[in-house]
Amino acid sequence: MSTLKPEVNSNDHIQGNDTASVTIVEFGDYQCQFCGDAYPILKEIEEAFGRQIRFVFRHFPLANAHQYAVPAALAAEAAGLQGKFWEMHDALFDNQYRLDGDLFDELAETIDLDLERFQQDSVSDALREKVDNDFDSGVRSGVNGTPSFYVNGTKFDGGVTDLYQMLKDSTT
Amino acid sequence: MLEKGTIAPDFELNARPGEKIKLKDFKGKNVILAFYPADWSPVCSDQMALYNEVLRYFTRHDAEIFGLSVDSMWCHAAFAENRNLHFPLLADFEPKGAVAKAYGVYDEKTGTSERALFVIDKEGKIAWSYLSPIAVNPGADGILAALEALEQQ
Repeated sequence: MSTLKPEVNSNDHIQGNDTASVTIVEFGDYQCQFCGDAYPILKEIEEAFGRQIRFVFRHFPLANAHQYAVPAALAAEAAGLQGKFWEMHDALFDNQYRLDGDLFDELAETIDLDLERFQQDSVSDALREKVDNDFDSGVRSGVNGTPSFYVNGTKFDGGVTDLYQMLKDSTT
Repeated sequence: MLEKGTIAPDFELNARPGEKIKLKDFKGKNVILAFYPADWSPVCSDQMALYNEVLRYFTRHDAEIFGLSVDSMWCHAAFAENRNLHFPLLADFEPKGAVAKAYGVYDEKTGTSERALFVIDKEGKIAWSYLSPIAVNPGADGILAALEALEQQ
């Protein structure tokens, strides 16, 4: 059974309550259609289970298959430096159908980022390293495609609807 | 399936048109053989797409990876181009599945190879093998652990 390496830590983007009993980690790619399909369902899960769950996103860009996957991950991280990782994360998935190289600045303006700073950060080595570290963590943890989910540190063998069902079953 | 410690059966297969790969030419390097049922499975969860992204990890361990299926070399060529793959796919095509059979990972019912991984050491001996459920992409972590173990010997 594959386990999450390293465990959830302070470098992660974490949504939800620290005392939640269930931590879901997604390894995802903003250009991956299956991640795009999973996104609204994950939102539903977060709403349905509220304080019981906490959600973490790590980047797993398939750069050879998806030309905007790495730039999109960098855009999310650059927004994160201005405290708006999740706003950009949501905006990227909401606009996945029209993802291209011009979209990032537009989204940055939509969520009120300092555009100049955003553009500089988007090409910084430090953020590239952050994205690479996420990818590395995925490889080590046995990610075999996107999205891959980990529940409380153990790889979940199934898609997002299976995940939803499992959570429903385990909380009723 | 062939187990750890067995000498890896040699083979010569077509990669892209005009290019043949002989296993014994790779003595002195670690070799990863990834048998898979067929080209053209969905991209985001595709095993070959994943290996394509982690090639640099394999290179770091002085390892070459080859994907093998019973598809023809022209099918492989189209698949590799479409998916932007940067490593050779070998056509275990004629006689069909002969290499998969030699490694004990041919499925007679479906007429394809199973989903199986082998890590072969620099002397040509199998150092690690793994048979995955056919529908489950086994990821890269097992391969990397095997390569790391080889380095520590």
